[in-house]
Amino acid sequence: MQYEMVIAGFGGQGALLIGKMLAYAGMKEGKEVSWFPSYGPEMRGGTANCTVVISDRPVGSPVVQRPRALLALNLPSLDRFEDAVRPGGVILYNTSLVNRECRRTDVVVVPVAANDLANALGNPKGANMVALGAFVGATEVVPMTQVEALVRETFARKPALVDVNLQCLQAGFGEARRCVEGRDRPAAPGM
Amino acid sequence: MARKLMKGTEAIAEAAIRAGCRLFFGYPITPQNEIPEYLSHRLPQVGGTYVQAESEVAASNMLYGASGAGVRVLTSSSSPGISLMQEAVSYMAGAELPVVIVNIMRAGPGLGGILPSQADYLQATKGGGHGDYRVPVLGPWSVQEAANLTMEAFDIADRYRTPVMVLGDGLIGQMMEPVELPDERPPAPDLPPKTWASTGWKGDRPRAVINSLYLDADTLEAHNRHLQQKYRQIRERERRFQMRFEEGDYDLLVVAYGTVARVALSAIEELREQGRRVALFRPISLYPYPYRELAAAAEKARAVLVLELSAGQMLEDVRLALGRSRPVHFHGRTGGHLISPEEAANRMVEVLEGRSQEVADV
Repeated sequence: MQYEMVIAGFGGQGALLIGKMLAYAGMKEGKEVSWFPSYGPEMRGGTANCTVVISDRPVGSPVVQRPRALLALNLPSLDRFEDAVRPGGVILYNTSLVNRECRRTDVVVVPVAANDLANALGNPKGANMVALGAFVGATEVVPMTQVEALVRETFARKPALVDVNLQCLQAGFGEARRCVEGRDRPAAPGM
Repeated sequence: MARKLMKGTEAIAEAAIRAGCRLFFGYPITPQNEIPEYLSHRLPQVGGTYVQAESEVAASNMLYGASGAGVRVLTSSSSPGISLMQEAVSYMAGAELPVVIVNIMRAGPGLGGILPSQADYLQATKGGGHGDYRVPVLGPWSVQEAANLTMEAFDIADRYRTPVMVLGDGLIGQMMEPVELPDERPPAPDLPPKTWASTGWKGDRPRAVINSLYLDADTLEAHNRHLQQKYRQIRERERRFQMRFEEGDYDLLVVAYGTVARVALSAIEELREQGRRVALFRPISLYPYPYRELAAAAEKARAVLVLELSAGQMLEDVRLALGRSRPVHFHGRTGGHLISPEEAANRMVEVLEGRSQEVADV
């Protein structure tokens, strides 16, 4: 089983970091992984993106034209990669910064207001963690426990940031799970 | 040994340290800047020295001096910077100095662009500077292999007293993958002692002179014969390659090196699931090129397809290996564009279905 994903946003939104954390969590799970960033000349306000592959076997091409999942943190990212996602894949996009609907009907579409959720939790800088949690919830590409452990590790030197980032991560995860599960059946009470 | 997620550039830098390299001279250029950046803080931690020179020309001549003193030394750069170093590489080949040079290729010619490319193949494998010399060139296809080959490059350099180049593209430099590195990777036990090194004369041996100037024709021809003898040894002993799907029959043999070989492998795996019979030949040593092994591998195939991020450079070695025994087809991208697995698969199908034109003689 091999899973390819593109994480995209504008510079500073954390697209490359989210990708790294996914790759790292995959590696911790004993999987083969690759992470490749776009490093070419990008227009200001344009997209920064990376491709992550998580696989049971050695990763072949680290470059992917047709990923199985897309995390679009802003509108230019959705515009650029929306059509590339394989049918049956997942498109998760940040409705806080995307003012249109996703056009695809042959993929699982998961809209999550990452910035709004982070703001509501009093941690505006945590939008990337909301997005990461939501992406893990929507794709289940790595176990959430692995990502939570990673957040604890990443912020080990700044303990004050552990809980607020975990909150954001879990909020995103919950939102995406409700969205995905809501497709087949009503959300369970209390969720 | 724990697996660590590392960028290709960082893995190369750390591998050099594990192999006992304690000196780095270089000058920044994208897409390999993490090598000098990493070594600038890491080398002092292990008692080494990092010097950012005033230019690539200066850095490469500092390499000459450091290697002449008998220590393991590294430089890294990307295409335009490597061009600037070629004078010193020729001098080091002439003076028989072991150094390791990393080229993380970007698109050219000229300043070109910063995106991945394989267009320095001919420069790397056929000379680069002036005079009759060759440099062993190793082309990794993964971050782990980039680290392994960097460590091995130091041994090859010391064994044959020659500059050795690790030739990667921007992709291998910038991507992250899990890597396992040994705590220490000591020099191979059978390496000859560096009695030639200029380490301070105490009267107990002839003076060590590090030089590539021989004004007398007979002396210089003898020196050239000696160098050629060495390159023959390298060609005999240092050929490295890998094949995939070599067992059983195949109609098409794809030849690619570096990251392009991984793209090719992904495409081949997909085609094989559809019942297409395709195999992969991946040269790892680009000099010496595994001509004989490639010729043997091509015997089973009806046609050969070369994939490269260039206008067709390794293609020349493939044609040298195969002569007219098999039709050779080519697909290359330039400018910093990568070949996607879909694009590679499409070209393979075109060749298999007779819809591709073989490479012409002109």
